[in-house]
Amino acid sequence: MKYYTYFPGCSSSDGGAKAYGMSTEAVARALDVELIELEDWNCCGSTPYTSVDELASFCSSARNLALAEDKGLDLVTPCSACYVILSKTNSYLKEYPELRAKVDEALAAGGLEYHRTIKVRHLLDVFANDIGFDEIASKVKRNLGGLKVAPYYGCQVVRPGPSFDDPESPQSLDRLIECLGAEATPFPLKARCCGGSLIISEEDLALGLIRKLLDSASSNEAECIATVCPLCQTNLDVYQGRVNKKFKTSFKLPVLFFTQLMGLALGIDGKTLGLEKCIVSADKVLAKYVEI
Amino acid sequence: MEATKAQVTGTLVGEISRIPGGERIRLCIQCGTCSASCPNANRMDHTPRKLIAMARAGMREEVLSSNSMWLCASCYLCTVRCPREIKITDIMHALECLSVRENVSSARTLTPTMYRSFSDFVYSIGSVPEPSFMILFYLLTNPLRAMRMIPMAFSLLTHGRMSIKARRLKPEAERQFKAILDKAEELGGI
Repeated sequence: MKYYTYFPGCSSSDGGAKAYGMSTEAVARALDVELIELEDWNCCGSTPYTSVDELASFCSSARNLALAEDKGLDLVTPCSACYVILSKTNSYLKEYPELRAKVDEALAAGGLEYHRTIKVRHLLDVFANDIGFDEIASKVKRNLGGLKVAPYYGCQVVRPGPSFDDPESPQSLDRLIECLGAEATPFPLKARCCGGSLIISEEDLALGLIRKLLDSASSNEAECIATVCPLCQTNLDVYQGRVNKKFKTSFKLPVLFFTQLMGLALGIDGKTLGLEKCIVSADKVLAKYVEI
Repeated sequence: MEATKAQVTGTLVGEISRIPGGERIRLCIQCGTCSASCPNANRMDHTPRKLIAMARAGMREEVLSSNSMWLCASCYLCTVRCPREIKITDIMHALECLSVRENVSSARTLTPTMYRSFSDFVYSIGSVPEPSFMILFYLLTNPLRAMRMIPMAFSLLTHGRMSIKARRLKPEAERQFKAILDKAEELGGI
């Protein structure tokens, strides 16, 4: 059994990416990984808070790190936005003494101290490097039989780094997909941006980015896309209809969390994995290869 | 008054270089790798390369009132490619914060209002309930646009992807969180 402090983030805990949280927890159990949810965690602040009030954003993020320090376990999150904010806060508190002094003072106002001993990890890193591909492959109960999956990393899981994988041509998700029996298709835009939250304020711009991604995946014959980020999943899945309308395209690409694919291969049922929450249904594509 | 303000705050480039992540701005060689890597540069008033040049030339108002940094999606591609190891994404965030503080944010993009709506939820309850955040954003910008969102909201609801109830921290945790943020506010920025 391996133990981690778990930071689900707003979206995966009870938001639009609830299926990510559900499948994460189910897969962790199947792999003997104990995710202990950080009690009373607060929103990481994501990009918006950093862009409005940087100090407040570092302080709110540091509260989570300070709370996690008690247990001394690595802090793992499935959300790329939470990951980039928490790990950036963590490293900047080490690198910039003046920032540290201010954050320490703010934390003290809440009766907290942070000694910078925590490691922030993304769930993909934990599965790929702590559990390992061989161990995961050995637990596969339903081989995904060559299902063609475009491995979509997005930006913030590998950048700005230094991270567990290459910032522009990462491989860990490709290998993970393959050890489930599926096929990772070539995907030149695998680490390009989906537009993130700009889908709300700059929809036209973001729809253009999403279109390029869908185009790259489908022209490489992917039958579905696997993502490691709630925002990427939302943009590619929920807004796929808008892309089709705007650009007169006819994409029908299911977008799954990588944990949903893992769960299927590990023998977990579709309901527990929240498969029915996909807007672009994955049922037809998956039914070709496995019983859901 | 303006001159006094400039004397107090110093030059724009000086301010940025004192912000964590902004310290290498003076090392920019204007190669344009950032602009070539940016997925959204074509929609910006000024590309990232040009924005840095303008900041260094002291064009404070033009820089802070431009839409450029508000179109940055924080994908960090410029940052990992910069041959001078300048953290351009961090500089974008710093410019956003300065433009908010000085109340000169571009009116041609809705991103400042969107970020503000999001941050208001973080500050008040420590979490972001997506439906409430979206409703606040549309009320502040264009309530009519919200109409277009109704079919999407309905689809999210029927797929079990929309929780009406916000996640709340325990009262003592919420108080602690507020105390930390209020202290941060008192410390007057980064």
